[in-house]
Amino acid sequence: MSSEWTNAELIQQYGIENPVMPYLRQDRLPHIWCPGCGIGTTVNCFTRALSESKLNLDEVVIVSGIGCTGRVAGYMNLDSFHTTHGRAIPFATGLKLANPKLKVVVYSGDGDLSAIGGNHLVHAARRNMDLMVVCVNNFTYGMTGGQVAPTTPLGPTQTTMPYGNFETPFNLPFLADACGAVYVARWTIYHVRQLAKAMKEGLEKKGFVFIEAMSPCPTLYSRRNRLGDGVDQVKYYKERSIIRNGADTKEVGLSFQGEIVVGKFVDRERPTWLESMNEHLGRVLGDKFTPYGV
Amino acid sequence: MHADPKGVMTGVHFIDGDHAACEGALAAGCRFVAGYPITPSTEVVERFAARIPEVGGCFIQMEDEIASSIAILGGAWAGKKVMTVTSGPGLSLMMEHVGYAAITETPCVFVDVQRGGPSTGLPTLPAQADMMQVRWGSHGDYMPIALSPSSPQECFDLMIRAFNLAELYRVPVFFMMDEVVGHMTERVVIPEASEIEVVERRLTAKRPGEYKVYGTDGSLVPEMTKAGDGHRIHVTGLTHDERGYPAMNAMAQDKLVRRLLAKINAHADQLVDVQTDGVEGADIVVVSFGITSRVATAAVDAARAQGYKVGHLRLIVCWPFPAKLFAELAGQVKAFVVPEINMGQMVLEVERAVAGRARVVSVPHPGGTVHEPAVITQAIVEAGR
Repeated sequence: MSSEWTNAELIQQYGIENPVMPYLRQDRLPHIWCPGCGIGTTVNCFTRALSESKLNLDEVVIVSGIGCTGRVAGYMNLDSFHTTHGRAIPFATGLKLANPKLKVVVYSGDGDLSAIGGNHLVHAARRNMDLMVVCVNNFTYGMTGGQVAPTTPLGPTQTTMPYGNFETPFNLPFLADACGAVYVARWTIYHVRQLAKAMKEGLEKKGFVFIEAMSPCPTLYSRRNRLGDGVDQVKYYKERSIIRNGADTKEVGLSFQGEIVVGKFVDRERPTWLESMNEHLGRVLGDKFTPYGV
Repeated sequence: MHADPKGVMTGVHFIDGDHAACEGALAAGCRFVAGYPITPSTEVVERFAARIPEVGGCFIQMEDEIASSIAILGGAWAGKKVMTVTSGPGLSLMMEHVGYAAITETPCVFVDVQRGGPSTGLPTLPAQADMMQVRWGSHGDYMPIALSPSSPQECFDLMIRAFNLAELYRVPVFFMMDEVVGHMTERVVIPEASEIEVVERRLTAKRPGEYKVYGTDGSLVPEMTKAGDGHRIHVTGLTHDERGYPAMNAMAQDKLVRRLLAKINAHADQLVDVQTDGVEGADIVVVSFGITSRVATAAVDAARAQGYKVGHLRLIVCWPFPAKLFAELAGQVKAFVVPEINMGQMVLEVERAVAGRARVVSVPHPGGTVHEPAVITQAIVEAGR
């Protein structure tokens, strides 16, 4: 693998330093994502959120499932776990409960988190498990070649919906909100500053955080539906996005190339699972209880 | 190292196998359990949920067995000794994570209180029909360890060994109970913590930058670390190199898969544990495990009373199967009689090891109850003719 991707090389050859590099495993670059894919942009936002947070990065852990976004964990210079399809959230739950000092981030795709992993998403939000979930939503299964996802809007063609999708999609912020997430936001990869800020807030928030990041898949979703390249999708995000912080999540469902409501929709306080456990068992058991992870 | 006294309920108890198994796990140092209710195993996690707030640790009832089986793997990488508990249908759901535990070399214990199957089958009645599932159920090649207790006392004693072996070899260890052993109540003696040997995780002393998460330094089992220790590890279910980085090619696969098998197979002789009675000089050897060994004891006694030279061999460690031991015995005995509460699973291993040098007689039972001893006696008599 070429070493021109390391910061040392950049500094030597061009006299510049890429501030993102220290947060990446430089020996694993270049990454596998296609030209025009937005996952890398979300990772850039995530590194900025990490750099602006006051967290000890030795105690930040990233967990991914399977798929294009599932590869994020492997590129981050953090303790990182690439788990099984759909199961990043329960793995992260185990990490967090076995060592409550850890800050655990789940970073995965829409199919991984809301289809095969949908049950875990629902229950982790209900429990207010102290996890930050970043869901990169590209409306398709990229790694397997562009199949319909629970997020695919009505209309577009996918390999397993060859005549156009007729299934009603999830409105992910509404789902997360209804299940009890304490922080819910949606941004697109056009909104890099807002996305980075949401991730920073998410890292600092206690409880179940859900951030949806809309991202183009030029190779499969866009090409098959004649939506142009990655830049064309970012233009669409720019032109059709409306910022509505505090919007009723019921109203933020997405349609094919329609209006995109973005913003911070939910930011509330609720005891986390561990806080509830400690509080409840301490009250019921008194001195017999050994407080856990506090 | 000795057990942490906080988890050891020293004394003489009158408890069932499920409860004893939980006490064994606590004594072994298990401090994180994720589980999902399923008969006839649920009492194990019910007891853990009641006991752990005082011992110091965490229990969570997850949304399903899939979640339970990977939550424990997260727990292990955060530094805890971990366990999940289930029965047949739940075990089937957990199989993908058995493979994930195998390839990521995550120490963990899966308790399977076996019931009749396939599918929902006989939720409240016994079987021993998951023996091949734990060996082969997840895709790809791997080698787990499986222990088979035959009494509540052994549910306690062997559970400690299950955790110790998980740490020593970094594999999923299966604790193969059955409905009868799980629900029978007997005397269980729990010793002082100072009398219980536990194996602590072999954590690396190397500094960040020097440590490779799957570097073996010539041994077969890598040193471990835990999330938060500054090593910035990467762990993946993909085929990987010593750094833990994905390496999807035939060479990396060859190196990794061969080592995953070798770390158990090379230690197979140390892992063997059988209990024998009168095997030396016997014409016929009855091979049993779990609850069936207790029924078989009555059958062996009856056959001996009729003048047959019968030995009894009980498998305590079922996987890896003690093939070498059977190959040696094959030259000395005329026949092996293998009763088990399934339609013939471990008997296949006996046949493989014996390789035609002695008769092998299967005494199958589809489950729902234990064998009638007379059926086993009859098989011994016929094998002895």
